[in-house]
Amino acid sequence: MGQFLQQLINGIQIGSIYALIALGYTMVYGIVRLINFAHADIFMVGAYMGFFLAPVMAKIFGGAFIPTIIAAMLITGLLGFVMEKLAYRPLRYKSRLSALITALGVSIFLENFCAMPFVFGPTFRKFPDLIVAKNIPIPGNLGLSISNVLLLDVGVSVFLMILLFWFVNKTLIGKQMRAVAFDKPTASLMGINIDVVISTAFIVGPALAGAGGILYGTTYGMLASPFLGIWPGLKAFIAAVLGGIGNIPGAVLGAYIMGISEAFATSVNSNLGYGIAFAILIGILLIRPSGLLGKFVPEKV
Amino acid sequence: MRRLLAIILVCALIAGVGVGCKKAEVKPTDQVVNLGAISCMTGGSATFGTSNKNGATMAVEEFNAAGGAMVGGVKTTVNFINEDDAGSPEVGASAAHKLIDNDKVIGIIGAVMSKVSLAVAPIAQAAGVPEISGTSTNEKVTLVGDYIFRACFIDSFQGTVMANYAYNTLKVKTAACLFDNGNDYPKGLAESFKAGFEKLGGKVVAYEAFTDEDKTVDFKAQLTKIKAAKPEFLYLSGYYGSTALILKQARGMGLNIPAGGGDGWDSPDLVKIGGAAVEGSVFSNHFSKDDPSPKVQAFVTAYTTKYGAAPDAFAALAYDAAGLFLDAFKTAGSIKGSDIRDAMKNTTFSGMAGAYKFDENRDPIKSAVILQIKNGQQKYLTTVNP
Repeated sequence: MGQFLQQLINGIQIGSIYALIALGYTMVYGIVRLINFAHADIFMVGAYMGFFLAPVMAKIFGGAFIPTIIAAMLITGLLGFVMEKLAYRPLRYKSRLSALITALGVSIFLENFCAMPFVFGPTFRKFPDLIVAKNIPIPGNLGLSISNVLLLDVGVSVFLMILLFWFVNKTLIGKQMRAVAFDKPTASLMGINIDVVISTAFIVGPALAGAGGILYGTTYGMLASPFLGIWPGLKAFIAAVLGGIGNIPGAVLGAYIMGISEAFATSVNSNLGYGIAFAILIGILLIRPSGLLGKFVPEKV
Repeated sequence: MRRLLAIILVCALIAGVGVGCKKAEVKPTDQVVNLGAISCMTGGSATFGTSNKNGATMAVEEFNAAGGAMVGGVKTTVNFINEDDAGSPEVGASAAHKLIDNDKVIGIIGAVMSKVSLAVAPIAQAAGVPEISGTSTNEKVTLVGDYIFRACFIDSFQGTVMANYAYNTLKVKTAACLFDNGNDYPKGLAESFKAGFEKLGGKVVAYEAFTDEDKTVDFKAQLTKIKAAKPEFLYLSGYYGSTALILKQARGMGLNIPAGGGDGWDSPDLVKIGGAAVEGSVFSNHFSKDDPSPKVQAFVTAYTTKYGAAPDAFAALAYDAAGLFLDAFKTAGSIKGSDIRDAMKNTTFSGMAGAYKFDENRDPIKSAVILQIKNGQQKYLTTVNP
């Protein structure tokens, strides 16, 4: 029982980081119907921004975590904005396949550019200790414990998710985003500036990934290489698909299912590990092909 | 305009050919042959590759400075070419093809990681080019064929050494293993540790795996399971990156048992990333820079002067591997792969990481050292003979 609950806690922690990445995939897809493969690399840039900015922020503000995460979100948001302007906007009315290939190109470019010695470099980096890790035992005889890093991960993720829900549901630009996601030509006829809406999606999504990068760095204390985004990015993408791509609560749900099933699958048999987790996902998608919360849209003829 | 450009290009080409010809006119009394190396210069194990390259470079420079070898009465020196394998068997295989087909190397020093060597060895064997890896400890590497050698002891020996040390010196009766099951090296070490530990009468209470240490950063699920099995010792047979992460997460969840591992721990990054979490842990290794022998100390000084950092075991083994190969090359007095191979088979060579003599599988028979992380430094504990 104790082990079961501890694995649940482990899964929730990983799920929180996946959720922040998955939100970006789903938002961009919801609005421009593009799977932005470079999103995983924006997550990586966010993590590296933490590495470079934390010492500076600590010097200016005294405390490092909050200023660092805000700065990283601003930078990755800007990167997302520039990426859309340079790489995706010229292709907006071309075939969707060209945009997809471009997304792969941007991803490969970011990874390899950042791996060059004068950018981030290919070697291990120790991530600065933004908070001092502490283990908090949970009272009771189950031997459970929660670390303060975990509380931070879950807390920051949930806070940002609530902020995003508020943004999408209560603000004018959020309303416009929903309208564009629903029907782009009609929204445009209603006087909504599509360019602004798309740019906003490409700022907000990457900013969340940037925050995810900082949490990743804080949790694991190490940045292996500029290729570190690939694997969490892939899992977050699957989480977004699982929840129903284009659906914001779906991405969060999918991410937590992904994290928790990963933890449990690993504890059942660590040799099969992710294999079991992926089998569960395939099973769910067989029953609900459009994802858990996704709407099934029949192709109109 | 275009015509002018074409003329300029043609002129440049002709000039280039002219220069090329001049370069090729080597004095008949001297010749240069290529020696290749395959090292992981990028990726999660980049410090290993850098050490491999540095160690081998030093051996080649010393060989050339000492006059090289005489091949059929012609003084022959060696030009060293290092290729990056990025820690990947696929990239390593294409590097091997490049070295053998384009550069016509007389031998290959490397690769560093077992999984890459296992991809490179069949290519070298088929081409009849001797390959000597400084650091690939997996048994299967030299079993590929009679052109494949190594300068390090094999996985089963390292696993057994740590099993003995844990059982007899640390007096622990139960242990847990956590290893990367996508890589032959950590898997081999874990298997031999388990076999050795259970043969002594101990019990491996948890034997957990993860997939690909370049992709996995979260080990809490495995560690939760290990903690529930209550082992007294944790054997981590992977490389320094995953080891530092695992120990940090283990200490974070209150799993404060002694930990041990193999030579994949040998990197300054282990302490840099792991910090206090790796303190007190022990690992088996090939070489210690604190070895008091004057020969080793002279090497340490020379290496430190040249590269600005003390040599690790990877550097010492690469130095030995290249030294051993060049020594055999000199003895053979031939650039033919089969002649050098025969000379290597019968060689006795005294290097920085022990005295070398090959067994019938072309694995050296030599000793291991046990090191401990103390105050963030590697401290020499003891030497274990086979």
